[in-house]
Amino acid sequence: MNRWLPFEWIAAVRFLREGRLQTIFIIGGISIGVGVIVFMSAMLAGMEANFIRRVLTSQPQIQLLTPDQVARPLRNAAGEIEDAVVQRPSQRVISIDQWPKIRTQMLAMPEVTAVSPTITGSALAIRGDASRAVTLTGIEPDTYFNIVKVPDYIVAGSARLTSEDVIIGTELAKNLGATVGDKLNLQAASSANRVLTISGLVDFGNKGANQRVAFIALRTGQSLLGMIGGVTTIDMTIKDIYAAETIARQIQAATAVEADSWIATNAQFFTAVQAQIYTNTLIRLFVGLSVAFGIAAVLIVSVIQRSKEIGILRAMGTSRGQILRVFLLQGGLLGFIGSLVGAAMGALALIYWHAVARQADGTEFFPLILERSLFIYTAILATVTGLLAATAPAVRAAKLDPVVAIRG
Amino acid sequence: MADEILKLERVCKSYNVGLPTETEVLHDIDLELDHGEFLALMGPSGSGKSTLLNIVGLLDRPTSGRLLIKGRDTGLLGDNEITHLRGHTIGFVFQYHLLISAFTARENIMMPMLADRGFPSAEIAARADHLLAEVGLERFGNNLANNMSGGQQQRVAVARALAMNPDLVLADEPTGNLDTKSADAVFELMRRVNRQSGTSFLLVTHNLDLARRCDRIIEVVDGRIAQH
Ligand SMILES: Nc1ncnc2c1ncn2[C@@H]1O[C@H](COP(=O)(O)OP(=O)(O)O)[C@@H](O)[C@H]1O
Ligand SMILES: [Mg+2]
Repeated sequence: MNRWLPFEWIAAVRFLREGRLQTIFIIGGISIGVGVIVFMSAMLAGMEANFIRRVLTSQPQIQLLTPDQVARPLRNAAGEIEDAVVQRPSQRVISIDQWPKIRTQMLAMPEVTAVSPTITGSALAIRGDASRAVTLTGIEPDTYFNIVKVPDYIVAGSARLTSEDVIIGTELAKNLGATVGDKLNLQAASSANRVLTISGLVDFGNKGANQRVAFIALRTGQSLLGMIGGVTTIDMTIKDIYAAETIARQIQAATAVEADSWIATNAQFFTAVQAQIYTNTLIRLFVGLSVAFGIAAVLIVSVIQRSKEIGILRAMGTSRGQILRVFLLQGGLLGFIGSLVGAAMGALALIYWHAVARQADGTEFFPLILERSLFIYTAILATVTGLLAATAPAVRAAKLDPVVAIRG
Repeated sequence: MADEILKLERVCKSYNVGLPTETEVLHDIDLELDHGEFLALMGPSGSGKSTLLNIVGLLDRPTSGRLLIKGRDTGLLGDNEITHLRGHTIGFVFQYHLLISAFTARENIMMPMLADRGFPSAEIAARADHLLAEVGLERFGNNLANNMSGGQQQRVAVARALAMNPDLVLADEPTGNLDTKSADAVFELMRRVNRQSGTSFLLVTHNLDLARRCDRIIEVVDGRIAQH
């Protein structure tokens, strides 16, 4: 008998050990429940992290744009309207008014980590007989690469971007039959045109983007799109990615620009994640409940089986409180041990599934994320569930009348 | 302090109080037990001996009347005080379901001390070993309770009843299930403890031969005492 363990602990452990088969089966049941929760939560977290990482390294978290141009109804005098129907005007591509000032303003905000002005517009990429419509993005590589990790997506060549370079998507390169080092003729709508050298190919893991994307230096972009000194968007990253929407609203209120957050842009994804979280929570709840009922059932049976022994313990001076704790502890121990075994089972299943499950292109289905916190939370939750489940049996044991128990 | 360890004044006990099946099992029991006395309680089955013992052992409360242990009126005590008094003053030996099967013989003897102190200690283990030797089972300390003969188990139960050095041991037909030789050994063990350390005993038995070797015999018939 370990002298550091209190009476309740010793008795609880002995009772569990003596009820071998019952104990093994209920621990098996708890483990399966915990395993399912761990497996599901970790896989979900992995998939979510995967998506967020992809989104956040290939998109700005907040993008500032020129506000929509709106037509105002013509008025002659107050209350007198000339045209009842107001048509939305076609949106000209225009520069953000006083953008250097806005950039300075943004850089001064403590939440903001990177700010990069860009110019976007469409153009035709021509090589020989082939031509494709592309989205030109004129960037300052030094700041822009902090926001969209273009170098991370380069699959051929480099992320070099002088005024004579262009980085294009892999699909676009394929369609044009071009590769790194080849010349590419870019023709803007205004029929201004430049011949640039392909310095790198990028693969964003999205066919549409890979077909259209073309990065050029900001100045090259400004001259091609006929907007010398102007920019169409200001891209930003911030410290807390989940505060993006709030900050975007603040910026919009404080300046004359429109601010879009990645949260608003990816609203669909967040709806999907929310639905997943609800489902996951529900599954957890029901798994937890069935585990709790299992523990309670086993302990109730144990209390009935041991009622004589409980009576004898009471006759020998054991208090109601001690008996209560002996059975509470059994519940807690069952939950805790079950959570350890279950977490190990869930982790193993996850590692196996991670090794086996592949996407069509052979890349991993989800990244393997086994956070310590998940295991700690699960263990705590399972232990608490065990304790709670044990309350009814423990109270019953504590209330047992020793006279009745002993007479048997 | 009063001379008697135990004093019952007009103790009545009814079961199923308030129900149509209400029955009074003990009627106006007056009983005194002196320090160091070894009392035999006899009587036919169903006469109320176990009921009386449970009341004396503070496992049950009388319906009316007073129970004094070492001069203290137990009717005034709360549940926790009762548990404490029981643990420190009274030892039990039962006829059936004697030991806790999940524990070894030594651990069973340690159990009352463990419940009282909260933690095991070398002192508690030493006392258990001493008691094992006392009942002649020093070699059986590590046996699980179920791996012993009935007589051996009952001797462990006596050792356990003595663990807290109680003033009074209540034994409800402790030899009822044993063969003559084992019964004799268990009885002699209790008698020796009684003589050596002055512990009072209240022994319920059907064995007249054993009863005659006690200090005094009391007979319970239909819930009343017929003194000899
Ligand atoms: N919990 C109870 N409820 C109702 N009647 C009981 C209860 N316990 C004992 N009795 C009755 O009380 C009487 C005395 O029982 P008991 O004290 O066990 O007698 P003994 O030990 O002398 O054989 C018996 O008639 C028994 O049926
Ligand atoms: Mg009886």
